[in-house]
Amino acid sequence: MCTLSRQRKGSIHELVQMILRERFCHQRLPEKPVGMESQHKHLLELLRRTAVHGESNSVLIVGPRGSGKTMLLNCVLRELLEVKDVNKNVLPVHLNGLLQTDDRIALKEITRQLNLENVVGDKVFGSFAENLAFLLEALKKGDRSSSRPVLFILDEFDLFAHHKNQTLLYNLLDVSQSAQAPVAVIGLTCRLDVLELLEKRVKSRFSHRQIHLLSSLSFIQYLDNVRSQLSLPQDFPDTNFYDEWNDGIKTLCEDQSVVDVLQRHYNSSKDFRSLHLLLMLALSRVSASKPAIKPTDLLEASRVCMVDSKANILHGLSILELCLIIAMKHLNDIYEGEPFNFQMVHNEFKKFLQRKSHSIHNFDKPVVIKAFEHLQQLELIKSMDSSTAKIQKEYQLMKLLLDHSQIMEALQKYPQCPTDVKQWAMSAFG
Amino acid sequence: MVRYFTRLRMRRIYKWGGRPYIFDRKLKSYGFEYLNMSVEGQEAVTTVTPGQYILIEGNDDEYPFVAKLLKFFGDESHKQKKALVQWFLRLSEVPQNKKLLLGRSPHPQEIFYYLGRACDNEINAESILGTVDVQHVPEDTPFPEPGTKDTLYVKLSWDTKAFNVLDPVLMQDTPASTPPKPALPLFPPCASPTATPVSRGPVRRALPTPDPTVMRRAGSVSDTRATMSAGKRSTLEAESIHSASKLSASKILSAKRRGSAADTPGVRKKLQLSIGASPGKKMTRADVLCELLDEEMESEKVISLKLSSSVSHSLQHGCSLSPMRSGCKTPNGQRRFPWKLSSISLDRLSPTALGEQDLSRATTPSRRKESAMAIRKPALGVLAEEDSEDSPMQPIALTPRSKRKSAQLVSLRIRKQLNLLDNTQELISDGDDDCFVPSKKDLQSSSDEEKTDSEEETRGRNCKTSVRTPCKTPSKKKDLQSSSDSEEETMVRKTRGRNGKASARTPCKTPSKKVTPSTPRHATPSIPSRTVPARQPGNILEEARARLHVSSVPESLPCREQEFQDIYNFVESKVMDGTGGCMYISGVPGTGKTATIHEVIRCLQHASDMDEIPTFRFIEINGMKMTDPHQAYVQILQKLTDQKVTADHAAALLEKRFSNPAPKKETTVLLVDELDLLWTRKQNVMYNLFDWPTRRHARLVVLTIANTMDLPERIMINRVASRLGLTRMSFQPYSFKQLQQIITSRLNKVKAFEEDALQLVSRKVAALSGDARRCLDICRRATEICEHSTSHPSSAGLVRMNHVMEALDEMFSSSYITAIRCASLQEQLFLRAVIAEFRRLGLEEATFQQVFVQHRALSRVEGLQPISVSEGLAVCQRLGACRLLLLEASRLDMLQRVRLNVSQDDVLYALKAVRD
Repeated sequence: MCTLSRQRKGSIHELVQMILRERFCHQRLPEKPVGMESQHKHLLELLRRTAVHGESNSVLIVGPRGSGKTMLLNCVLRELLEVKDVNKNVLPVHLNGLLQTDDRIALKEITRQLNLENVVGDKVFGSFAENLAFLLEALKKGDRSSSRPVLFILDEFDLFAHHKNQTLLYNLLDVSQSAQAPVAVIGLTCRLDVLELLEKRVKSRFSHRQIHLLSSLSFIQYLDNVRSQLSLPQDFPDTNFYDEWNDGIKTLCEDQSVVDVLQRHYNSSKDFRSLHLLLMLALSRVSASKPAIKPTDLLEASRVCMVDSKANILHGLSILELCLIIAMKHLNDIYEGEPFNFQMVHNEFKKFLQRKSHSIHNFDKPVVIKAFEHLQQLELIKSMDSSTAKIQKEYQLMKLLLDHSQIMEALQKYPQCPTDVKQWAMSAFG
Repeated sequence: MVRYFTRLRMRRIYKWGGRPYIFDRKLKSYGFEYLNMSVEGQEAVTTVTPGQYILIEGNDDEYPFVAKLLKFFGDESHKQKKALVQWFLRLSEVPQNKKLLLGRSPHPQEIFYYLGRACDNEINAESILGTVDVQHVPEDTPFPEPGTKDTLYVKLSWDTKAFNVLDPVLMQDTPASTPPKPALPLFPPCASPTATPVSRGPVRRALPTPDPTVMRRAGSVSDTRATMSAGKRSTLEAESIHSASKLSASKILSAKRRGSAADTPGVRKKLQLSIGASPGKKMTRADVLCELLDEEMESEKVISLKLSSSVSHSLQHGCSLSPMRSGCKTPNGQRRFPWKLSSISLDRLSPTALGEQDLSRATTPSRRKESAMAIRKPALGVLAEEDSEDSPMQPIALTPRSKRKSAQLVSLRIRKQLNLLDNTQELISDGDDDCFVPSKKDLQSSSDEEKTDSEEETRGRNCKTSVRTPCKTPSKKKDLQSSSDSEEETMVRKTRGRNGKASARTPCKTPSKKVTPSTPRHATPSIPSRTVPARQPGNILEEARARLHVSSVPESLPCREQEFQDIYNFVESKVMDGTGGCMYISGVPGTGKTATIHEVIRCLQHASDMDEIPTFRFIEINGMKMTDPHQAYVQILQKLTDQKVTADHAAALLEKRFSNPAPKKETTVLLVDELDLLWTRKQNVMYNLFDWPTRRHARLVVLTIANTMDLPERIMINRVASRLGLTRMSFQPYSFKQLQQIITSRLNKVKAFEEDALQLVSRKVAALSGDARRCLDICRRATEICEHSTSHPSSAGLVRMNHVMEALDEMFSSSYITAIRCASLQEQLFLRAVIAEFRRLGLEEATFQQVFVQHRALSRVEGLQPISVSEGLAVCQRLGACRLLLLEASRLDMLQRVRLNVSQDDVLYALKAVRD
């Protein structure tokens, strides 16, 4: 009996994990996009007109990363495809600037997604020029009333602008401005200056419609969002657990420490992607033995999120390497950020050794060089000049990629750090 | 197909054979019976005689031109060898866009009888490659199996507008044994193009209606009536000739040619042959005859005339026996041909024949003089004749084709005079009127029918019989009746009957022809068609939006009248002269460059459809629509000849095409859009494009478009810029008034905008760019905003000021400030830190490390928990992704330099507003 209930509970937790993970990781579309109603309406109307009236359009959706551009578009597409007339009438073509890195690949992808390649067998995938002529011919043959509208969705639109001559953009936008097959060109980008990237003749063909997604979310809304994101859906099978969980989430969101953590995150960035990361970390601590998210989970998750990426590397360094870094810090202070070379660091280190010879073992120069190279490999220091081959290793100019605060913090946390070293680090000069 | 001599790269030797006969005394040209061809170093001699089908050297070695040889002539020294031919076309020579009219897949060996007028049918005899076998395949029979490779089949004729069923008579073979004569019956149709510019109009009009129904109908009226109607036709003819002659800029050329061909004794002789015993004065009007002969009209009347007049006049001419001969021939297999032609010619000439029974021969010399005159001669000559002959002409349904005022004026004057004359002839014309008018209508309707037929053919060709038969049967009956009361012999009836039969047969058989699914060489895909048809605009705003879309083609292009006229004149003159030229057009985007040229071409196409100018081909390439400048060759060639070859090969073929004198050539108008993209380091693409028009035989007009005014100076090397020439034009950005006019004309009385709102848009756009596209897009957006602002879509009213303002804001306002306001707290703080650091440094650039120090200090001031370096970098990267900041590559980590992409004032303004 006991095992059975535990099993059931376990399965419930798995179910909770599954539902929430899908929400956080798979970017499941919400029922209705939050906080962007007008943009949603604008885009939906626009695409509906393309689908129903065969009106060609072009639009850019601009917003910072994680502001929900793709989500908005997908919501609109979902809604659009639910309309009966439209359902079988549009041909969406998805392109991504990171995948289709040049026009040749993009053309092939368009041909593939439009299912045009079967028209001529394998001949389509001949030369680039043929491909282009082929596609343009296909689009030219269509007309407004009879051919199906094609929705070109260009993710990372700004990257397409870097293609040679912007041939693809010119042609797509030209089709959208001429009486050919109806198309809608939808670009998604996070760059606010995207229009300046377009050549003037390409720019002239673009309709200059921009939908800006700039979230003006207040912290209260942000909190609400966290709550709704963590809450279980109403159709959850176990109603007891459902009530229990949702009550737990409610109290969690009212906890002052949790609010502080969320406030910190909100101050840092308002986008949902980083929030999902935080919630995901907290969620992964839920198990059968621990059936709810506690404030400590969230605090721990926040700590993991906020942690400095270099701190852990510094903790793993040897004393010698740490000493070299301190020497570099002093050099930075003395020379006000001017680059240094190994010889300078070594001299600084030797001075320290002369003063405190008893506390630290005297290392040979090759050992110190090795340690120096290790730091370079860890990219804690970076070579300044590109032509490394000509200059001897010892005299290559370097720069430290660490901030003072990072070094001091690392020293505080470093296990069994010799006091002399600490004092050396804290002393003003050498 | 066999390889011809060209391939062998051997010299061919041409020698005249047979006894020369004097062809034209003035020009000292001689006709020859046959031509011996041999290849240097080889024994075999090919003899070509008129009447044979020949292959003529052309652009394409694989597929030389095909023609029927009509006649040889040359000069005294035997150096110049010329030949007159009747052209045949291969499908590949038919313009791309007209190929569909065929409505079926062509037979590989199929050729078409050419009825156009654009081709010069006088060729250099030395371009003859050899003979070929051409067979006429009746309309209803399928093509023979393609077993014999060297035989070509002809089934249809092509008159540059449509494919028509080829009248078998035209293809009737004449025995090659009697040299100059066999070609004679065919001579008239081919002679007309020699006088091309003058005879253009009429020939063109006549050609699409070699309709047997017309003949029959004409035959149904009594002799006199037929004469009258024919006479009237010739008035029309004369008028259109006149207008045509005025139109043409190449008249002098034509006159010259006429001198060499039409006025030559040989021609005259032949004409008389076919005419039979027409009055002697017709000799002088060889060219008029030529056109007239083209028109196939009624037959019986002709015969009667012929018989009546032949006796009296036959002695005047050396070949006066010919009518008899043609009559004698009728019973045997070839009779139909000469018979028909003679009938045609007579029919056209009948007014004069009738009207001038008392015509003295004294008029002849004066006419001859007239005909020696260059430009207006033929037209005026005819006119004069018509006037003096006081023939009963009544120009009913006079439709001058020419829009030119002068032509219309002239025709008006003529009409007046003719009307005056008409009164005197009331008696004759009285009974004619009722018959004539319908017959005229019939004439039109029959040609209309023909047109619809050809359309139907392209689609389904199943309802053809139903369309045709009803109008056909009565006419046939009439035909028979009328023939019974004509005094002519049964022979005549037989012929006519056969004609009627032939024409009646055609429609019935057509449906039976199989439409084989076409398998074009280059399958082009198309976007699948939609299941639900596109919805039409519902209310006024939707209607306005549809009209304002850039893609909707406006009825006219306002505000570009001057540019339109300049380009029109340029292209028109080049097309008329058959010369070439370049033009460079510049202007910022959205000023209507391409649209204007398309409009020009549309008008010119229309003009050429109306026979005002010769036909031409329009080809368009766009530098942006090709992947490589050298693809321009491929695209041009593909659009010209439908060949798909590599760039190098295409360049070679085009070079050959434009530099070799090919007799059959229409002017090509080439539009090169986005010229700057055709730039290569050696500039050979541009060089070629501008060099070809300067070739003597190219007949190429190149219109180039680019955005910058000084492109020739900036990127072209001297030899290219020099070839481009100085014919330049620049399109200024639209002023606000023009933009307003553009919108108003597009809206075309659809009341959707407030006047002030329109003015605001146009003023704003004019101030910024003068781009018409922008203007239209803003208006479109404004209609949307207007539609959304009202609760009921149906009650949406006018687009007002506030809607337009909103649209303008949306499109023109910078989003940076909003973006800063919507940024997170840390991001805003970072921006402030950047500015603080800039102020400290006095530079507009700082490293992340430096800014981060400021950032930390600021967050302490603001009472925020300081963030770690990683977080700080993340904030910085986010701002960099939005391009609020400009960053170096992120691998530099803390050392990457940071710059602002917005002005400091904007940032401070935005941040201040946030804090308030």
